[in-house]
Amino acid sequence: MDPRTVKIKIDGKEFDAIEGQSLIEAAKNNGFYIPTLCHFKEIYPPLGTCRVCTVNINGKPDTACTRKVFDGMNVEVNTPEVLDNRKAIVEMLFAEGNHYCPACAKSGDCELQRKGYEMGISSSRFPHLFEERPRDFKDDRIFLEHNRCILCKRCVHEVKTNNGENVFYFQNRGHNMRVGMDYEKAKELTDEQVLDAAKLCPVGAIIAKGKCTAKPFGDRKFDIDKQIKWIPSEDLKLDIPKDGKKKIVATTSLAGCFGCHMSLLDIDLGILDILELVEFNKSPLTDIKNFTKQCDIGIIEGGVANSENFEVLKEFRKKCKIVVALGECSVWGGMPAMRNTLPLKDCLEEAYLNSISSENDEKVIPYHEDIPKLLNKVYAVSDIIKIDYFIPGCPPNADHIWKAVKNILFGAGEKVAYEEFKYD
Amino acid sequence: MKYYSVKNERTQLLNYLWDFQKEKGYISDSDIRALSKELGISRIEIEGVISFYHFFKRKPVGKYTIYLNNSMISEIKGFRKIKKALEKETGAVFGGTDPTGTFSLFETSCIGLSDQEPAALINFRPFTGLTPEKIKKIISHLKSGGNIDKIKDEVKDFVRYKNDKGEPVIFGEYKEGEAVLNTVKKRPDEIIAEIKESGLSGRGGAFFPTGLKWEFAKRNGSLQKYIICNADEGEPGTFKDRVLLNQIPGLVLEGMITAGYAIGATKGIIYLRAEYFFLKEKIKQTINRFYEIGLLGQNILGKNFDFDIEVMSGAGAYVCGEETSLIESLEGKRGGPRTKVYFPVEKGYLEKPTVVNNVETFTAVARIMEKGSDFFGKKGTDKTKGTKLLSISGDCKKPGIYEIEWGITVKEMLDLCEASDVNYIQFSGPSGTVLTEKDFNRKICGEDLICGGSIMIFNSKRDVFDILTNFSNFFIAESCGLCTPCRAGNYLIGKRLEKIKNGEATFEEIEELKSWAKVLRDTSRCGLGKTSTNFIVDTVNKFPELFKKKALKEKEFNLEAALNDYYDYVKNN
Repeated sequence: MDPRTVKIKIDGKEFDAIEGQSLIEAAKNNGFYIPTLCHFKEIYPPLGTCRVCTVNINGKPDTACTRKVFDGMNVEVNTPEVLDNRKAIVEMLFAEGNHYCPACAKSGDCELQRKGYEMGISSSRFPHLFEERPRDFKDDRIFLEHNRCILCKRCVHEVKTNNGENVFYFQNRGHNMRVGMDYEKAKELTDEQVLDAAKLCPVGAIIAKGKCTAKPFGDRKFDIDKQIKWIPSEDLKLDIPKDGKKKIVATTSLAGCFGCHMSLLDIDLGILDILELVEFNKSPLTDIKNFTKQCDIGIIEGGVANSENFEVLKEFRKKCKIVVALGECSVWGGMPAMRNTLPLKDCLEEAYLNSISSENDEKVIPYHEDIPKLLNKVYAVSDIIKIDYFIPGCPPNADHIWKAVKNILFGAGEKVAYEEFKYD
Repeated sequence: MKYYSVKNERTQLLNYLWDFQKEKGYISDSDIRALSKELGISRIEIEGVISFYHFFKRKPVGKYTIYLNNSMISEIKGFRKIKKALEKETGAVFGGTDPTGTFSLFETSCIGLSDQEPAALINFRPFTGLTPEKIKKIISHLKSGGNIDKIKDEVKDFVRYKNDKGEPVIFGEYKEGEAVLNTVKKRPDEIIAEIKESGLSGRGGAFFPTGLKWEFAKRNGSLQKYIICNADEGEPGTFKDRVLLNQIPGLVLEGMITAGYAIGATKGIIYLRAEYFFLKEKIKQTINRFYEIGLLGQNILGKNFDFDIEVMSGAGAYVCGEETSLIESLEGKRGGPRTKVYFPVEKGYLEKPTVVNNVETFTAVARIMEKGSDFFGKKGTDKTKGTKLLSISGDCKKPGIYEIEWGITVKEMLDLCEASDVNYIQFSGPSGTVLTEKDFNRKICGEDLICGGSIMIFNSKRDVFDILTNFSNFFIAESCGLCTPCRAGNYLIGKRLEKIKNGEATFEEIEELKSWAKVLRDTSRCGLGKTSTNFIVDTVNKFPELFKKKALKEKEFNLEAALNDYYDYVKNN
């Protein structure tokens, strides 16, 4: 018997689909894109763990990977409500784990990162948890990096010995759930199977030791992928009088690397055009140390790691009408926040007492009333003050910064191109 | 390993694990190695199953393991005092064992004794109505080598109301065997028609029409089908199934037999939560008697109909009350919910058509067989027929079981259980609805307030934020972890609630919880995540003043607290 054709509707358009097909497949066959993360091929039963493919089916939310098409199926994929649900899930994953993209071998090949780009996530609505998730180095060939694991179940389902026994399996439950590895069974895998397991992992949680950094940054899967052209820009409607006066801008770098400021300078000759429109006040670019007047916009690079960062940030909020978080460190803590999963004591001792670079007679923890005091962890600027606009990136692309600032100051409303949005 | 003669060995994994657990209080590496070899599954998989269940331990525990219920009802009845007394008397700290290796103390989610809290399980024997003095006596008895069975409590069943204004359905007089006798006189399709006619819907809380579920299963041509009785009531505050299994276990069995006859199944399994171990013997005895008098086994009552029932134990996981998680657990796996590509009536236990019904549903089925669909269907309202058992606990004079007819008002219910000062009712469990005085005239029925059975009443002296924290901790502890929104979402929401409770959140941050809750409701994999935030949204909506008082006007950051670690360190070095 021939498979029956059924009629389904996706975002108002009618399509033919084969009865029994999963909605993901049917949509794909008709050139309709539904984002997925745990789904990597058609399997039974579908994993259905990440929930990123949530759509509305005949008015009710459900996941596309777990549903088969039926006659009269009416699917909504791109309504604001459904888009926001999906975005929220990806934000949750970023907040739950510890995802330091610039330090990850999978950056550029990472499916979670790609979802972030695609959905235009500039910051997570959920505060990052920064919980310690110990890494597993025990195996000779496989490194399990739990900080990055999103518990999608791919490896649990797929990676088996030739006898069909599991190499990976979920351990514990709920918030404490982790993927566990059977070291004995892992030995039975061939080198090729180990590499396949690493490739199967959508993030950088399964790393084949010494084999996962073959391709340089810039040439990786999603670096060269131009499929999605434009990221919806966030609209920020600010009531700034259009009186022709120059706008006043202040910038600072807190716990960051100054990379965002470097990127800002990458605007290149365009900076001369900018100077026609804006005037810089307090900023490392002008070397003005203290605010001399109220500013229209304050751009913050870096997170808040110490008492001085805190004071500067508070000052910016007082002196600037609009405050913009620039770059990953400012948005959620970024690389400096790698210390957040460890007690401050361990960080201080490692840095000043036990590191190989500390001389025997210089082993001292810096303390003086004039030097900034370290906070227990590195905070996102939005933990401390209200932030009006987030520009992600590590560093953010110069064009992106310029467009965003222009948009905020003059309401230009430009969209950001996909390649300008990268945050690795 | 006495189960090894059984086919489908994997399905026996939980039984094997229980054997090890009971034998020496934990499951050792060598146990796991032996199982791994015997079953042909990797060690990591077995460890994954063990670590899913709360009652399985991987490290040695004391001679006595004490599980103290930490539900909200326990909290208002003296949980903290009991916890302190236990630590003092045993010398152990919660989560650990005392130096002599005699006592291990653990907290556990609701153990189904809300009408006699605070309560604990010591080596799975119930101890109820605990006081610090009683703890002292129990521990000194055990320390001096006394027999635990001599001092365990007999669990009391407080059946307070049997639809006295009309007539009882469930708690009427029970004549053993009558339901099965009436069943086998009819054809299976007649039984299903009768159940459909009665209007019976699933009493576990989902209220799916029972007759329809059976019809789907009957239509399936598979030769092997299963009937599963869901006796894993874990919703905090509920204990009706405990009372039914203790009072009228025969009625439950008869309902299962009827279901088997109707859909063409020959095998029934009761999935009994580990917290109810103390009921297991009685259920088994009833099953044995049923075999003796020909109500179970081959050619039941002389008809060409065979049916067997066995009891399987859970191991501590609320989510296993969800039917597909329960089935996974019965198959010897981690009890995570399945994706609903197929319903259990199509592919259930071991991929065969399976009907999963709640304990109370089976008792109602048996009553319909005894007395006809009219007897049941005439009671209740248009949408919800018959009666419903409520487990009432908390701040009322008469906690216990109430068989009410659908349609009574909340006020009538409160009068029955003699609750006077009522500020907050958790209606239908933490996954249900929050009611306040404004809801007192609403009706308990499908048209208005549907109820799975758990009613927790809190008076005006109780801190609403304590209630929220308790429920939130419950869902965090019981989320299986399979899907992102339930695993990460509930935890993130818990963090935000903590912030709100401490007065560190702005009003926007409080309001934001509602949109977070919506994400969990829309995108979670099973009912646990979909309903785990109902109580938060309800409370924010129904107690606006309370939250306004707690809210910050604008974002504040506690610099001093954030600097404490640094100052502490430099001071001490």
